[in-house]
Amino acid sequence: MWAFIHKLGSPRWFYGISAKIQPWFWAAAVLLLVVGSLWGLVFAPADYQQGNSFRIIYVHVPAALLAQSIFIAMAVSGLVFMVWKIKVADMAATVMAPFGAVMTFIALFSGAVWGVPTWGTWWMWDARLTSMLILLFLYLGIIALRGAFARRDSGSRAASVLTMVGIINIPIIKYSVDWWYTLHQPASFTLTSRPTMPTQMWLPLVIMLLGFYCFFIAITLMRTRSEILRREASKRWVQELLTDPMLSTATKKAH
Amino acid sequence: MTAVKATLLRDLTLLLRRRGDILNPLVFFALVITLFPMAISPNPELLAMIAPGLLWVAALLAALLSLDSLFRSDYDDGSLEQLLLAPHSLAALSLAKVVVHWLLTGLPLALIAPLLGIMLSLPSGSYAALTLSLALGSASLSLIGAIGAALTVGLARGGVLLSLLVLPLTIPILIFGAGAVQAAIVGSGVAAHLAILGALLAASLMLAPWAIAASLRISING
Repeated sequence: MWAFIHKLGSPRWFYGISAKIQPWFWAAAVLLLVVGSLWGLVFAPADYQQGNSFRIIYVHVPAALLAQSIFIAMAVSGLVFMVWKIKVADMAATVMAPFGAVMTFIALFSGAVWGVPTWGTWWMWDARLTSMLILLFLYLGIIALRGAFARRDSGSRAASVLTMVGIINIPIIKYSVDWWYTLHQPASFTLTSRPTMPTQMWLPLVIMLLGFYCFFIAITLMRTRSEILRREASKRWVQELLTDPMLSTATKKAH
Repeated sequence: MTAVKATLLRDLTLLLRRRGDILNPLVFFALVITLFPMAISPNPELLAMIAPGLLWVAALLAALLSLDSLFRSDYDDGSLEQLLLAPHSLAALSLAKVVVHWLLTGLPLALIAPLLGIMLSLPSGSYAALTLSLALGSASLSLIGAIGAALTVGLARGGVLLSLLVLPLTIPILIFGAGAVQAAIVGSGVAAHLAILGALLAASLMLAPWAIAASLRISING
């Protein structure tokens, strides 16, 4: 177990293993997203109350969940980086931040679009919406702080501390709909109880959720790989990799 | 313990000798409050309605303004490095610095807030809640803000970044602080809001010193 974790911490080993698992996640993501969006947007029955506008749920809920999961993943990576000095964890946290910010924005934007037909307004200073907006600001703050340091290592550690401090916002988002009874509806379904939605409606949602998560894993692996190449550019194994005969013939062919 | 006391006394003396640093946030607070009646409307009823929020937001910004200098001069003259090298808990020493910051920024802001409340025709009976909530809330603000100040002290232009980092984290304090004043105006229970502010303060007292210490180490080594 420990040997595995130590190997995972080596950028070179991670670069190799991620090349093998990456295609599977890409394939799963494409398959799930295509099936889920077709099912959700075309075949699922319309809601008895909201009509077709409820279909925004298939983008809104996965994006909102992912936005929070990415923040938690970044905080865990930050902790791993601070405690065990594992560089790959920090590279992953670096590439996750912009993606998390985009997901938060998508959740907010799709929520606003959804708000018009159901609540009759684009924006409401509702507890859930406001705490998601704060999450977006936190993402932007982390990205800005990381970029502000001249030395990359200091920027990484500062961003890790800020992520770990900012994690207090996640429970606030999670429970805001239960603590303050406002416009936003409470969670539609949980892991522990039977969904209140008909199967025809929630099954595509589960597929979309899995698809979003697979997409997130795939893109994080891909971007972490390029981050490894960028940061380890002076290392011998990277230079050997880039001057690989197979690779150079491939580039020659491309020219 | 003696080291903590020494840090407390040193910082108090240093700040008391630079009176401007203490007065500036208070003047800023009064100035911002003056802007609102001019920008919105001098109508007393309208002002009374929005006064709790205005007072809290302005106090928050004033406290934020003073945060940038919390570690700045110590960083510039190298005494921050001495603190790091001292054989005492850095968390305890930074807590002492935050206490001084609160004593000379948060507490005065809380004390002059009722005066500005009168100018905004804040309904009577809510002044005690205003002062208490600001005193409690600004203590958490100092603690949370100090994390941001410690993270940005090594940067040449950390001021704007500091507000970007700290403001999102202060929103719960703002909600319950302004909520306490609103509750006092309406006549419902103030105690619940003040209790939550106290709980926030207890949590930040417990966790923030460690985050401040870790952030200072990052800034010094960077």
